[in-house]
Amino acid sequence: MSVTVNRRQAFKVMIGLGSTAASALLPTAAHAANPAASKTEEHPAHPIAPPNAIAMLYDSTVCTGCKACMPACNEANGLPSDTLLSGGIWDMPMGLNAKTKNIIELYQDAQSDEFAFVKKQCMHCLDPACVTGCPFGSLVKRDLGAVTWNSSLCIGCRYCEVACPFEVPQFQWENWNPKIVKCEFCYDQRLKEDMQPACTAVCPTGAVIFGKRTDLLAQAKERIAATPEKYFENRVYGEHEAGGTQVLYLSSVSFQKLGLPKLGTTSIGHYATKVTSVLYKWLAGPALVAGVFGFFIRRNWERHENERRDHEEKTGFPDQL
Amino acid sequence: MLSTLVAKAKALETIDERMLRCGISRRSFLVFCSTLMIAAPYGLSITDKRTPEEVATGLGKIARPSIIWLHFQDCTGCTESLLQTSHPDFGDLILNVISLEYHETLMAGSGLQARQALDAAVKKHTGQFILVVEGSIPTKDRGIYMKLAGRPALDVLADIGNKAAAIVAIGSCASWGGIPSADPDPTGAVGVADLLPTKAIVNIPGCPPNPYTLLGVLLQYAADGRLPEMDDQRRPKFAFDRDIHEHCPRRAHFDAGNFVKQYGDEGHREGWCLYEMGCKGPDTHAGCSTRHFNEIPDVWPIGIGAPCIGCTEKSVAFKVSMFEVVKLHTIAAPPTSYAPITTTKGTISPLATGLVGAGVGALVGAGYVASRKFSKVEDDESAPGSKPAAPGSGPGSGNEPGASA
Repeated sequence: MSVTVNRRQAFKVMIGLGSTAASALLPTAAHAANPAASKTEEHPAHPIAPPNAIAMLYDSTVCTGCKACMPACNEANGLPSDTLLSGGIWDMPMGLNAKTKNIIELYQDAQSDEFAFVKKQCMHCLDPACVTGCPFGSLVKRDLGAVTWNSSLCIGCRYCEVACPFEVPQFQWENWNPKIVKCEFCYDQRLKEDMQPACTAVCPTGAVIFGKRTDLLAQAKERIAATPEKYFENRVYGEHEAGGTQVLYLSSVSFQKLGLPKLGTTSIGHYATKVTSVLYKWLAGPALVAGVFGFFIRRNWERHENERRDHEEKTGFPDQL
Repeated sequence: MLSTLVAKAKALETIDERMLRCGISRRSFLVFCSTLMIAAPYGLSITDKRTPEEVATGLGKIARPSIIWLHFQDCTGCTESLLQTSHPDFGDLILNVISLEYHETLMAGSGLQARQALDAAVKKHTGQFILVVEGSIPTKDRGIYMKLAGRPALDVLADIGNKAAAIVAIGSCASWGGIPSADPDPTGAVGVADLLPTKAIVNIPGCPPNPYTLLGVLLQYAADGRLPEMDDQRRPKFAFDRDIHEHCPRRAHFDAGNFVKQYGDEGHREGWCLYEMGCKGPDTHAGCSTRHFNEIPDVWPIGIGAPCIGCTEKSVAFKVSMFEVVKLHTIAAPPTSYAPITTTKGTISPLATGLVGAGVGALVGAGYVASRKFSKVEDDESAPGSKPAAPGSGPGSGNEPGASA
C-alpha cells in the first residue's frame, strides 16, 4: 500500500526541509568566516588596525610610471596579459578588469602640464565594504589584514562590486564559471611564503613599499614633515578614509584627480550595519514584509476560494488546483 | 717561433709562468682579464672581483687546463667563432691560457698521426682533462652515420667522455642535437647530455655560442674544480639567465611600437624592432644582446638587422619557423600609453532622482490601471465556467445551468 502525496504536499515538504537545512548551515558558515564577530562591536565607525596589520605605501611623487609592477602582478597571480587594445603585443589594460589586479594610471591636466601617476589595486580597508556586502562570506578579511576571495562560497551576485567605493572587485564576464578578480595582497601567492607582494618587491624606485601599517604611516608623515609644501593637503590618503585602509597614498595633486573618491572617515560597514540594525531589530523588518505579503495572500486566498466554490457549483467538477 | 715555445713548455704550468716565459705583456693580460670580467660579470668565482688586477692575480695561479676537443656532426662554426676572437687571439688562447691537446680542425697532423695524438692525450690526462664536444651524435642504426678512425661517434664519446673530468657541450648540436636533429632527423642526432646523463656536463648552446662563455667555464673549472651555477637545461646561469629581449639595444623601438614590417623598408634601415619579422628574442635566454661577438659592437644577429632565431633554446631553434612571431609573456605597455583615470561611480543628483522617480511612478500607475482593465475584461468574457463544457466529459453534467445557454 502506498502513501498518496499530491503535488502541493510534496512542495510543502521540500520547502520545509530546504529551509531547515539552510537555517542550520548558513549562519554558522557566515559566522565562522567573520572573525570580527567576536569583537565588542562588529562594525565600529572608526576601526582600529590590529598591531600586526600590514600595508602598502604608494608615493605618487616617486613613481616614474615604469609599470614594472603590472607584469610582476600578472606573473605572481597567474593572470593573462590584457592585450586587447595593443594588438596582442603588450599588457595594456584601460583600468582594473578581470585580467588586471594592479594598474598604473596617468592623470594629466588638459590645460597645465600637471601630471601624476597613480597605482590602483585593492585598498584592503580596515572594515571592507565588500566583506560586509558579501552575503555568503566569500570575501574575507584575513589575518594581517589582507582581503581575499574564496571561490567555493561565491554565488556571483556581484554585491562586492557594487559595495566597493574604490571600484576594485571585477567580475569575469567572459568566463562560464566567473570569478571575482581583485588584489589579494598576494596573500596566498607570496605572503604565506614570507615574501612581500610582487608589486612592492619589483618597484625599482620605491614608489610603493611594503611594511607594517604603523611604520608606513609614520614614514609617510615623516616625508610630509620633511617637505611640507610638496604633498597635497599634507595628509595621507587612507589613514582615515572609509574608516582607514591598508593601502596608503601620498600625492602632490588632489586625490580626487587621481580617481580616489572623497570619502568620510566612517567605515562603510558601519553605515551598512546602521541601516540593517534598524531594519532587522526584533526582526521587525522581515515581520512587516511578511505581514504585508500575508495580508495580500489572505485576501486573494478568500477570493480564489469563493471563485472555486462558484465554479464547482456551476460545473459540478472539482477545481483542478 | 711558436713551435719552439710549445716544445719548451712544461706540462701543466700556470698561466702566469707561461706568459712570463713567452714575453706577453702585463697590459695585454689585463685586457684579457677585463674582457672576461665583462663577459661573465657574475656567477663565476674567478671574475667575481673588483678590479682586473685581482682577476689577473687569481687567473695567473691557474694551471692551464688540458682540453680535448672532439667534432661530431657539426659545421665547425663554434670553432670558427672561437677563431675570430681577438682578446685573447686564438694562438694566445690555445698556447697560453688553455692547453689544447687535440683539435681536428687546428692540428697539423692527420690520419694515424692524429689518432695517436688523441690516444696519447687521453692516456696522459685520464680523469683530468676537460672534453669539449662540438656537434651532435647520431644514434640511429647503431650510429653508423658518423665514424671517427673507424669507430662510430657513439663509441668514441662513451670511451673518451667517461675518462674526462668534465664535459663541455659547445653549440646547440652538442647541447641537444641542434640542426642535425631538426625534422626529419635522418641520423637520430642527440646531444652529449642525452648519452652521458650522469657526467658533469655544461651545455653552452648557441649557433654559434659566444667564445667567452666557453672560456669562462673552462677557467672556472680549472681554478677551483667547480662548474658554474647552471639552469635546468645545464646552461651556465652567468650567460643564459636573461632574455635577449630584456637587454636588446632595439628594445626602445619595441616599447615605442616601431616595428620593421618588411626587410629593407624604412624601419629596417632605421634599425627598428624586428619582433614582427619573427624575432625570437623575447623567448630566448642568452647574453647576445650584451656580449656581442668578436669584440666589435653590434656584431650579432639583431645588431646587423636579422631577427634572432632563438638558437640557444631547445624548444625554439630549428623547430619554430624563422619568421613566425613568438607569443610575448606579460610585458607592460610602453610609456607612450597609460590608462586614464576612470571612475564610473559618481554622485546621484536630485534631478536624476526626480526624473527616475517620476518614470518609475508612471510605470507603476500604468501597470495598476492595466491590470484593473484586464481583470475586468477577464470577468466579463472568460470567467471560469462561462463556456459550455464538452458533452460527456465529466459526471453530473445534467444540472448545469450554463450548459443549456
